[in-house]
Amino acid sequence: MTLVGTIVTAIGTMFLFLGSLGVFRFPDVYNRLQAGTKCTTLGAFLTIIGVGLMEPSWFAKCLLIACFILLTNPISSHALGRASRKSGVPLWEGSVLDKSEEFESYGKTEG
Amino acid sequence: MLGMSLLVWLALTQSLEAQEVLVGTGACLALSLVLSTHYIRLGLPPLTIKRAVFFAVYLVVLLWEIMKANLDVAYRVVHPRMPINPGVVVIRTALTSDIAKMILANSITLTPGTFTLDVIGDKLLIHWINVKVEEIDAATELIGERFEKYLRVIFQ
Repeated sequence: MTLVGTIVTAIGTMFLFLGSLGVFRFPDVYNRLQAGTKCTTLGAFLTIIGVGLMEPSWFAKCLLIACFILLTNPISSHALGRASRKSGVPLWEGSVLDKSEEFESYGKTEG
Repeated sequence: MLGMSLLVWLALTQSLEAQEVLVGTGACLALSLVLSTHYIRLGLPPLTIKRAVFFAVYLVVLLWEIMKANLDVAYRVVHPRMPINPGVVVIRTALTSDIAKMILANSITLTPGTFTLDVIGDKLLIHWINVKVEEIDAATELIGERFEKYLRVIFQ
């Protein structure tokens, strides 16, 4: 069980590292949020579950914390993305299309 | 709601002693009495076996999509030319209740290459890292449909 927990934690750590690398490499705020959200969600999930597997008496608590992260992490990054779009942060110049200007609350304020 | 909060309490304390369970039951009862109006306003449907089965299938699909999403991001990050083609598309949803829309938006945020920017009425604004189609119906088909077919059964 300890071995399984160690492997799961290692995979989670690798995803966390890749996510932070993506925050450096991607060009604009939305792509960075994408990398950040997905990798930190699964990375933290796997790391916490791995700790729970290594120490079976903690497993219920770890599962609770992991579910909490799985529920709240997308909401927080959604709030960040929505706020930056509303305050007029431009998309990367390589972006192919932007349909958000169809809505009246977008694309009018210049950041 | 009482059952749910009691379950959380049991997972947190991890003991079945009479004193702790009694205190937990009291706290959960007080909380559910105070918060029950909010809970009713959420409009969760009554629990049936069919809904529970569909929810379990939905969880499996969601976890599989999260795995795919992470491998996809990892591929894009370590690829030397960074094959991204981002854009903002709009999709339409047939879900009506607020909590169903919230679950759909969260699932879309966690799936490969898509990220929910905003929910306006029955339209969702999606940032897509690799735009394949631009029309609203085709994008709905590609992004939303794989979760929506489960959520429609669960919430209606």
